[in-house]
Amino acid sequence: MKPAPFTYHDPQSRADLHDLLARLENTKLLAGGQSLMPMLNMRIVAPDHVIDLNKMPGMGRISVGEDHIEIGAMTRQADLQHAHEIAQHLPVMIEALDHVGHFQTRSRGTIGGSCCHLDPAAELPALCALYDAEFHVSGPGGARKVAAQDWFQGYLQSALAENEILESIRVPLWPAGTRYGFNEYARRRGDFALAGAAALVVWRSDMTVERLALMLFGVAPQPVRLREIENAMIGRRLNHESIRAIADAAKCIEAMSDPYVSADYRRRLSGIVIERALAAAEKRAEMPA
Amino acid sequence: MSARYFGAAVQRLEDPRLLAGKGRYVDDISLPGVLHASFLRAQVAHGGILSVDAAEARTMPGVAAIYTMPDFSAIAQGPMPPMAPHPLIKTPITYHPLAVDEVHHVGEAIVIVLADTRQQAEDAANAIQLEIEDMPAVADPIAALADGAPKVHSGRDTNLIGRLRGGFGHAEAVFAKADHVLSETFSIHRGGCHSMECRGVIAAPDALSDGLTVYTSSQSPYMVRRHLAQYLKRDEATLRVIAPDVGGGFGPKGNVYPEEFAVALAALAIGRPVKWIEDRSEHFVATTQQRDQIWKLDVAFTRQGRMLAVRGRCIHDNGAYAPYGLILPATALASFPGPYALEALDIAIDVVLTNLVPTTPVRGAARPNTAFVLERLADRIARHLNLPREEVRRRSFIAGDQMPYTTGMKARDGSPISYDSGDYTKALNLALEKIDAAGFPTRRAHAADRGKLLGLGIASYVEDTGLAPFEGATVRVTPAGKVVISTGAASQGQGHRTVLAQVAADALGVDIAAIAVDAGDTGKFPLGISTIASRIAVTAGSSVELAAQKVRNKALKAASFMLEAAEGDLEIENGVVRVVGVPGMQVSLGDIARALSGSAGVLLPGHLEPDLAATAYFESSALTFAYGSNTCEVEIDPATGDARVTRYVVAHDCGRLINPLVVDGQMLGGVVHGIGNALYERMVYDQARQPLSTNYGEYLLPLAPEMPDIEIHHIETPSPRNPIGVKGAGEGGTIPAAACVISAIEDALGPGAPFIGEHPVSPERITQWLEAIS
Amino acid sequence: MSDTRRITVNVNGKPRTANVETRVHLADFLRQSFSLIGTHLGCEHGVCGACTIIVSGSAVRSCLMLAVQADGADIETVESLGTTDALSPLQRAFSRHHALQCGFCTSGMLMSLEAFLRAHPNPSAAEIREVISGNICRCTGYQGIVEAALAAAAERRGDA
Repeated sequence: MKPAPFTYHDPQSRADLHDLLARLENTKLLAGGQSLMPMLNMRIVAPDHVIDLNKMPGMGRISVGEDHIEIGAMTRQADLQHAHEIAQHLPVMIEALDHVGHFQTRSRGTIGGSCCHLDPAAELPALCALYDAEFHVSGPGGARKVAAQDWFQGYLQSALAENEILESIRVPLWPAGTRYGFNEYARRRGDFALAGAAALVVWRSDMTVERLALMLFGVAPQPVRLREIENAMIGRRLNHESIRAIADAAKCIEAMSDPYVSADYRRRLSGIVIERALAAAEKRAEMPA
Repeated sequence: MSARYFGAAVQRLEDPRLLAGKGRYVDDISLPGVLHASFLRAQVAHGGILSVDAAEARTMPGVAAIYTMPDFSAIAQGPMPPMAPHPLIKTPITYHPLAVDEVHHVGEAIVIVLADTRQQAEDAANAIQLEIEDMPAVADPIAALADGAPKVHSGRDTNLIGRLRGGFGHAEAVFAKADHVLSETFSIHRGGCHSMECRGVIAAPDALSDGLTVYTSSQSPYMVRRHLAQYLKRDEATLRVIAPDVGGGFGPKGNVYPEEFAVALAALAIGRPVKWIEDRSEHFVATTQQRDQIWKLDVAFTRQGRMLAVRGRCIHDNGAYAPYGLILPATALASFPGPYALEALDIAIDVVLTNLVPTTPVRGAARPNTAFVLERLADRIARHLNLPREEVRRRSFIAGDQMPYTTGMKARDGSPISYDSGDYTKALNLALEKIDAAGFPTRRAHAADRGKLLGLGIASYVEDTGLAPFEGATVRVTPAGKVVISTGAASQGQGHRTVLAQVAADALGVDIAAIAVDAGDTGKFPLGISTIASRIAVTAGSSVELAAQKVRNKALKAASFMLEAAEGDLEIENGVVRVVGVPGMQVSLGDIARALSGSAGVLLPGHLEPDLAATAYFESSALTFAYGSNTCEVEIDPATGDARVTRYVVAHDCGRLINPLVVDGQMLGGVVHGIGNALYERMVYDQARQPLSTNYGEYLLPLAPEMPDIEIHHIETPSPRNPIGVKGAGEGGTIPAAACVISAIEDALGPGAPFIGEHPVSPERITQWLEAIS
Repeated sequence: MSDTRRITVNVNGKPRTANVETRVHLADFLRQSFSLIGTHLGCEHGVCGACTIIVSGSAVRSCLMLAVQADGADIETVESLGTTDALSPLQRAFSRHHALQCGFCTSGMLMSLEAFLRAHPNPSAAEIREVISGNICRCTGYQGIVEAALAAAAERRGDA
């Protein structure tokens, strides 16, 4: 299992990178390599050119603004795990990262790579959907911003054009007092989730819901925001009954089927992970921030 | 014989080298001028080869040669000889080294490409234009037996290889008289070997001597030598086969493979060394595995729950070829009646061809299948009569005082099988005691408080070990005082070197640090069979004991002449022979060895024969039987159906333990393998019989976080069938494990549980059962 | 014409320079260019962990890095832990607790554990099992490896 031959490029400036993207055809971008290298080794893909992004400056930064965090696309998953900015502002990501592969893959894997590869069971793209993050993209034709709703184009398909790269992800922050919940089911530690869910909740002082974001991943070809449910829950309480009802509603989602796991089972799991994620958020509501 | 090492948890001699990264596996061996090989393999399950156009491929960088089977016609042609012929197989169903005319499973090798690097060889292989005409294929053994089923081989008019039949007593009469008869169907899927090291071969022709050296990651270097020599029509003496460090075998590396032949033929054709290392994608499609058996069995039993008789039929998926004959289904058959004192047995196994990679023994070798059906039947009886499951065993087991017990079955050579020793109820009681079966209801209630289902599983087994005919060993002392053991017994991680050194150290009275072991090299020891079937401790271990005793006796004889003392006054300690109670009157084994290697004009002491060495071949004329019982607890999350083995207890008897560390290691690894069979491992194929599970993301092996801590309790009943009283231990961990886990899952699902006669069992399946119950 | 680069890597404390085809992965490069055969290939798709080494202080799967990506990096392979005559405490613990049988997954296990123990000197058994969740062993059933890691951690802390 050895890759087919390719020409390797390791640009170290935007100008060089854009020039390569404009000129070359049949290219693959190499970020963390944890998804691309197996495909190269197995000759599932055989690009003529591999453009290595690991020497590009300034793509691995985390910066905190007033109402957002901007995460460079080349930020390693391990660095995210250890970043105090993430712990402070995106605690759900810290919990999710525990489930992203294994610590050896997190040494190299990047958030950008994960968000461009878009495995349906990947946690990081799912969190981007949860937060309605904005994807900052650049290419020879210029820079643009893609809303989360437009980023997910289908199974393994992002909105990235052939000659573009993902520069960074801008995650709008939720107010202080937001509580999160996360749950996923995988057969073995580190496996891709068969289903997972994440929730963000802001409560009013009377403990009814002010704002809710609820997301399922691993079930459909792309992460699913349960916006109808989110809107319906405003002004209502999150308790055992309402969580149950939400979980039941979630089971009606259209789910993927493959030779190992049926759509029925994924639907069943949807209800369970939603319930457990919401229960976790609800439990956190009882605790100080 | 002082037992300083026998029975001690000696740290392995193999370890320092392997830990320091100095292991020498096939891929670590580099020879000058070597070419790297890549195979072009069939991408269809059944097809006629129309044409192979390698014109463009030949021009690619680094390519030295591209061969198909006809290119070897000056060297050898024809199908490979069968490893284990069987009268039912009238025409052997074996591979050609490279496929000719027709391919019969995805992954079958058709072309070999030789290049300077593996990368270049793969590039060229990808550029070969291969025209294959699709032919109908079948991947399911039941479908393969149906009328009008596609023919797995177009030249064979039936997909049924043959029907194996076995049994004893008068089944019809016993069934007719029995209080109760039940019928059940079992669907068992076992997986592949998945040793962490894939296969690999290097063939190096020697232009000067016309010899051929083959390095191969194999459990059977002597079988490779024999069959390759036969195929090449050359004397075995001109062919040297070496199994270097081997990264796990587990059965499938015990076969002789087409790639071994193809690499040898290519090396001879081009006159240079050729190296092929299997990659994991190839391992999934070209290394043999175990797969499906479907059993329909009737069991007859008394109202007290004593199992009387079993009869029925198994459909066995053999895959597209029978390189290993019918060993696998024959082992399933011979493993009846297990620990049960049956009055009658009547089993038929239909061995069926399918367009998939052949099935051959994997750790346990179908004994796990037989243990599974017997243990599930015992549980079934218990349910039917509302008896405790262990009670059915106690009432049905062969009793300790019935040993030796002639089962009624026959071994491979036709001789009657008789269990030599064992107390199956004792092992069962021990396993139940150690898991605290009495306290289980409380633990189940506590689990229920946490919203979880908890089940207790039981499974027992008897394992034939020490398979005939022999392994051999030479023990030699060098003038420097080192002891060198040479043996044909190849190793794949079982710690043979250490274990054999322990035996020799005690017999000779030397420090284990003085012992070196050469193994698995046909150039260093004349004869060997194979490391399979948990047989090496019995055969090679006994050979080392016998040879070392001969060396000891010779040393004492020589010393008595050299020291002018009576043999009876001598003792050996730390490699020195001394007169008891007379300090200073001594001679080292090294000195004796020097004396026995002769000097010009000097007669040898006592006119003894030269060489302080001896060779012994222990012939295992009768199998010796290990046995045991396992208990486990499985916790199920009823929401997701997730099943986790939380506790596991092994109570077993494999005779005397040479090295408890090594035996424990074999048991632990075997149990985890069996848990994997119960919960994870399944090869999935699509409609076109394409294997879909060809990577470790989709094909699930057991990983550390999901595995329990496993407790092992040894009973040591010495085997009466060899001089060191040992029994084999390589497969005892795996044999009952899947049955034990499934027994626990069924127990966890509660009184309404369906009868579970299948594995692997997925969480989804468990949720389906739970849904049906509620 | 194959695409090659000349790279310099700091391997086990020594700077080494070699030409390498850009499509060659780091594991093959170390094994073939420097005869560091202690690192093994079990799957070449990043799941089995046999190829685990330490690059710039982090455990990585060397089959999932191109050799050229390691230009200028500090690389530690199993050969840096100890020699047959002077094994490290972790390696000695592996032998004491029978944490290896065929030895093929062992270097990956050792490097994963080494990287982890440097940052986490007092792990629990559950944590050890998680650490090696990305390393497949077919021989041992993992138990001996867990025991060895705990024993080695204790020795490294001075508790042993």
